[in-house]
Amino acid sequence: MKRRDFIQQATAGTALVALGGTVLQSFATTSSKKITILHTNDVHSHIDAFGPDDGRNANKGGVARRASLIETIRKENPNTLLLDAGDIFQGTPYFNYYGGELEFKLMSKLKYDAATIGNHDFDNGIDGLYAQLEHAEFKFISANYDFSNTIMDTHTKPYEIFVKDGIKIGVFGIGIELNGLVSQEMFKETTYLDPVEISQDMSRILKAEKHCDLVICLSHLGYHYEKTPDKISDLKLAAMTKDIDLIIGGHTHTFLPKPTVVKNIVGKRMLVNQVGCYGLNLGKIDFYFDSNNNVSANGTSIIV
Amino acid sequence: MRLTHLFFLLYFFCLFNCKQRKPELTKIEGRQIQITDTLQSDSEIEAYIKPYRDHIKKDLDSVLAYAANTFSKSDGKLNTAIGNYMADAIYDEANPVFKSRTDHDIDMVLLNHGGIRSVLSKGPVTKRTAFELMPFENSIVVVAMKGKQVDSLIHYLCHGMRAHPISKLKLVIDDNKRIVEAKIKGQDIKADNTYYVATNDYLYKGGDRMNFFKTNDSLYVLDYKVRNALIDNFKKIDTINPVIDDRFIQIK
Repeated sequence: MKRRDFIQQATAGTALVALGGTVLQSFATTSSKKITILHTNDVHSHIDAFGPDDGRNANKGGVARRASLIETIRKENPNTLLLDAGDIFQGTPYFNYYGGELEFKLMSKLKYDAATIGNHDFDNGIDGLYAQLEHAEFKFISANYDFSNTIMDTHTKPYEIFVKDGIKIGVFGIGIELNGLVSQEMFKETTYLDPVEISQDMSRILKAEKHCDLVICLSHLGYHYEKTPDKISDLKLAAMTKDIDLIIGGHTHTFLPKPTVVKNIVGKRMLVNQVGCYGLNLGKIDFYFDSNNNVSANGTSIIV
Repeated sequence: MRLTHLFFLLYFFCLFNCKQRKPELTKIEGRQIQITDTLQSDSEIEAYIKPYRDHIKKDLDSVLAYAANTFSKSDGKLNTAIGNYMADAIYDEANPVFKSRTDHDIDMVLLNHGGIRSVLSKGPVTKRTAFELMPFENSIVVVAMKGKQVDSLIHYLCHGMRAHPISKLKLVIDDNKRIVEAKIKGQDIKADNTYYVATNDYLYKGGDRMNFFKTNDSLYVLDYKVRNALIDNFKKIDTINPVIDDRFIQIK
């Protein structure tokens, strides 16, 4: 009897310890999480850094330097995604000689998670893009290019969901209208779908159906068109949609002093960012999550 | 026993409760980091790039020909030595390709003055020279045009008074920009004849306001880049020594 009591108490004690541990642990991991989004755009085959004599970008850029920076950031926070907003190709002899092979191989070595497709990625034709896919160990994301009648069919996805530290991150891709920018014999039967409608669909699917905690649009539409303000751009897209937390842009080679805070269609603030071109900069957006109900009452603070 | 059950119940309740709380986005911090020489280069990446870089450098810098002088597109009024060289080189390289495919000869070549993107420097000529002269990816096309369409091409040249590179076309104008002589391969231009005019796809699409190409009988796409034609020409000739000649002149 005594022995039985002892076992019973001991079991209860273990349960108590286990309970305490679990409770502490579960709160420790769920109460505060940080997701880091790193991004580039319009790198245009700029693999080497600019030389010391360059008139504009002397000693800037370079993939090997970007690699070490990304490595440092990943060590700080393993819950990091690395994304590119298109125009990976065209701009240096690396592209003329190797057709984009080295660009894709290096992005794979840097562990890019996903990229969307820019107009210059068609510069060797859609077949030239397809030919390099074997060198890419990252996803190509495009929701408004319908490739179903092309060789690229099944090689891109409209969106991808990444899970980092239990946080679901939905990323969808949006491309620019190719007509007038790329000759038709290059993009062949690629069909351009309306970026606004597709973005509304994508954000609804990712937020409402797939329950993503974070929705990111990887866009090659361009930041903003001053002379033709009616042309769809990232700033317009941001204001015409909801449930997108971040638009990572490209195409216009826009250097921003800091990410732009935009009010979406329901008045909620979100971010639009772009980091110029040629691998001169790396964008870094940190998203902090909290499970503590008290915090959410204050809304999301945006620090740029 | 009862106590243990209670703990298990508490345990599950708590787990359930914790899981139910959806993570809320509380803070976003955004910034941009410059890639500068203060950052260490990743040596593994650097080593991976090196053979590619070395191959390109070796290939770009291997000597293909020599330029006898420095040639600039600003030397010459209505025709320039460098423009003459480029237009003639396009003829020499593209004509065999065109002839083998269509059984026709190219009748003349027209490029644009603005398309000469650098000087041709005295000394060794390499592939890098071709990339400097022609950094764009434009390709050679041949446009079949009737004589009257060629007239609007000539009209464009006479009124523009720019040294757009031409080959096999001879043009003489007076001081009122009136045509004194216009010949293709030494022959008068006949309104109903078909002429095969080589140019690049940028100009064919109306670049530099060359709208006359649009009215044509047919278009032949050679899939031959202007730059590659120059490189092929560099390989064939030893010394590049073009001159300003009388292919397009104004008489007073």
